[in-house]
Amino acid sequence: MKQHLKSTEIEPILDSMAEQLSTMLKQKGIVNPLMIGIHTGGLWVAEKLHQRLGINKPLGEIDISFYRDDYTRMGLNPQVKPSQISSDVEAEHIILVDDVLYTGRTIRAALNEIFDYGRPNSVTLAVLVDRGSRELPLQADVAGLTLDLSPQKQVKLTGPAPLALETNWN
Amino acid sequence: MSSSIQSASTPLKAPDSSHLQLNSQGQLRHFLTTEGLSKALLTDIMDVTESFSSVADKAIKKVPLLRGKTIVNLFFENSTRTRTTFDLAAKRLSADVINLNIATSAATKGESILDTIRNLEAMQADMFVIRHAASGAAHFIASHVAPHVSVINAGDGQHAHPTQAMLDMFTIRQVKKDFSQLKVAIIGDILHSRVARSQIHALKTLGAKEIRVIAPKTLLPSTPSALGVTAYTDLADGLDDVDVVIMLRLQRERMSGALLPSESEYFNCFGLTEKKLARAKTDVIVMHPGPINRGIEMDAAVADGPHSVILQQVTNGIATRMAIMALTLGQHPSSKAL
Amino acid sequence: MNTLIKNGRVIDPTNNHDGIQDIYICQDKILQLGGTVEGFTADKVIDASEHIVMPGFVDINTHLPELGYGQKANIKSEAKAAAAGGFTTICCQPDTKPTIDTSAVAQLVLDNAGSAGFAKVLPLGALTSALEGKTLTEMLSLNKVGCVAMSQVPCTHIDSQILRRALQYASTHNILVILKAEDFSIKDNGCVHEGAISASLGLPGIPSSAETVALAQMIELVEETNARIHVTGISSARAVAMLRRAQQANLPITADVHAYQLHLTEVDIGTFDANFHTSPPLRSSSDKEALIEGVKTGILFVSSGHSPVNLEAKQAPFPETETGISSIEIVLPLMLQFVDQDILTLHQVAERLSQNPANVLGLNAGHLSPQSPADISIINPESTWLVTPENWLSRGLNSPFFGHLMKGQLTHTLVNGRLVYEK
Repeated sequence: MKQHLKSTEIEPILDSMAEQLSTMLKQKGIVNPLMIGIHTGGLWVAEKLHQRLGINKPLGEIDISFYRDDYTRMGLNPQVKPSQISSDVEAEHIILVDDVLYTGRTIRAALNEIFDYGRPNSVTLAVLVDRGSRELPLQADVAGLTLDLSPQKQVKLTGPAPLALETNWN
Repeated sequence: MSSSIQSASTPLKAPDSSHLQLNSQGQLRHFLTTEGLSKALLTDIMDVTESFSSVADKAIKKVPLLRGKTIVNLFFENSTRTRTTFDLAAKRLSADVINLNIATSAATKGESILDTIRNLEAMQADMFVIRHAASGAAHFIASHVAPHVSVINAGDGQHAHPTQAMLDMFTIRQVKKDFSQLKVAIIGDILHSRVARSQIHALKTLGAKEIRVIAPKTLLPSTPSALGVTAYTDLADGLDDVDVVIMLRLQRERMSGALLPSESEYFNCFGLTEKKLARAKTDVIVMHPGPINRGIEMDAAVADGPHSVILQQVTNGIATRMAIMALTLGQHPSSKAL
Repeated sequence: MNTLIKNGRVIDPTNNHDGIQDIYICQDKILQLGGTVEGFTADKVIDASEHIVMPGFVDINTHLPELGYGQKANIKSEAKAAAAGGFTTICCQPDTKPTIDTSAVAQLVLDNAGSAGFAKVLPLGALTSALEGKTLTEMLSLNKVGCVAMSQVPCTHIDSQILRRALQYASTHNILVILKAEDFSIKDNGCVHEGAISASLGLPGIPSSAETVALAQMIELVEETNARIHVTGISSARAVAMLRRAQQANLPITADVHAYQLHLTEVDIGTFDANFHTSPPLRSSSDKEALIEGVKTGILFVSSGHSPVNLEAKQAPFPETETGISSIEIVLPLMLQFVDQDILTLHQVAERLSQNPANVLGLNAGHLSPQSPADISIINPESTWLVTPENWLSRGLNSPFFGHLMKGQLTHTLVNGRLVYEK
């Protein structure tokens, strides 16, 4: 994989995402959101955003392995990590964060998992990279970088320090 | 006078169960015994158990992983406790559960085991959780099920109780972290204990420094060296400098079978009290697969005392079974989470 | 019918013979060995060049499935399998259904075997009624109708006092008693040797003392009653040592080991393979070595322990399966392996399989002499063959030897001069 964006180039994107989120939250009248990052890359991005936005509530983390739709084909990945959401999601305004939005299946799984914790008031989706080619009707509310990639092209966030976006094309 | 009967010389090469338990990619297809499984696999099970531990904290204590799968708890030997744990674990994985208790006394002998299995497979059963009084029962069933069906051994005769061993290993890891320096003592009816055998295999694989078994001669196997353990008949000597103590449950039948004179004499010699426990390390943990016979295996002070992790074992029981069920039913090549 | 067996290497311990020799057979008897016979025209000539000719084997311990009307096929199939294994006489243990504890049942065995026309099948009379170890059977009547010995095998639940009286009674009529050395209560619910495998697999074990305690009792009772006994299916090193001492003291005690017990040990059970569930159990490798030594020195001769069972009987968790190996067809190659390894000579194989058992049973068999019954086994010692269910004649498919390559095979078996098996 070739490095597409270095850490120094990602930081400004994160700044921009934080700004967009901040505006959006004000518009929606959300004052005390609960941020949840999806393991593993989404959590790294969430940590950066959580800090920039100065969110009070501790950052939650979820691993969607138990909610994937491909268990029967692929089996269970033993590298699954525990999900932890320290406060109740009931009536919360959630900011769900992931690194790459692609088919939309990960977000569907994440939403199902969150709803097993309780009934949130709203979910706002923020992703670092939206690479198109959706297979489900899901969209990000905030996307740091928008690309339109064919399936042969891969993009991956590496980290946690330094963060870098790697691709397999020039 | 030495109380150590035999030291752990080279144990017999384990009969190879892996060809039955693992699929062609080396993944868990059945879970029958801890014997013959790699350290990596046992570690994976404990890691996945860790992830399932937090399921109980959710409002909806479920994950949809095994939705649409049918799990049959096929118990040829009664056990409300174990069956309930497996039942809960399966339900938390969103599976459908069938609980069957089959009486197997000669008087009530009905269909053969194979016929029972075939009938249940015809009803789309995906997994059998088996408990049986005969050693080797789970292996026998596993060697006859259809290719897509998994078998979990919930205890077969005196041979193995691997899910119990895994929750015990998980509990030890929670407290002690590193197995390589651990001295572990298992106390009680070793000869008849499937729990002990499974624990011993797992501890050996995970690299425990020393494993001791402590019991009167009538309750020790004739060749402890075949298990790779050191046998003691004196409790104090056996407990010396030990990090983990595992007490086994004593069954009443041992008195009538002329293996022991009485429960009180057993407690005097092998029962755990705070005073006797003082021979072990100061941070020793005391474990028991349950249910405890207070005053026979240990007194109340130990059972409820600071060294006891018995309640933690119970808590870990469901998550461990969930992990094992999820890993075996997903017996296809696993890939990293996207 | 005249038969001539030409050019075979005839090995006959009784007549101290080992060499190329022709055998002339007239009707059911051996006419002459070697030389020529004036005016003899053979109706059948068997060319035994490169082959070994031995007295037909005698098996003191075969278990046959259910008898009774309509069950003739089972005696027939096993007698046929025996012939294919080179056995011209097999002794049927009394644990048939019904038990051979009356003359009528003994006669039934003889009739069924006779009409089947393969190996000779001699009934062994039960020592006690229904083998229950409580009351004596009419041993003299059983003996007269054709039971060559009385046997309590495989049942071992018998009080010492009853056993003692049974031995005394049998010795009144000079009847041989065949016993299995097993203490019923020590054996308990054990199903494998109490040793390394029982410890690691968690299977209830049968310690060697289950055999030696019973054997010690038998030796003492023989000492006191002077009864003649034969102990079948020895399994432990300690038992071999006890038998050596008893035989050196000239006590009338003989013993045998099942051929498979000389090759298999507890380790072969692997992961609960019920094909290795036997009684007595397969013990340790040091026990096996002592058994081989016992065969070599003549303390033990060899039996098959043939126990055919239905497939269902082996399809259950290990402790719940029936014991037994269907083995009569591979006894010969199992013994020839020891010849290949220079542990036994062919002469000794003929002794252990033919001469010794025939002598103990008092049969006119196990030797090739003029006027004796023409019970003859002709063997190709070099022929290799794969053991498969397809070429297996016994109705018992409970054999751990399927898929194994064997060396040494029967080419012809004659019983009373008649060719009952030809490859």
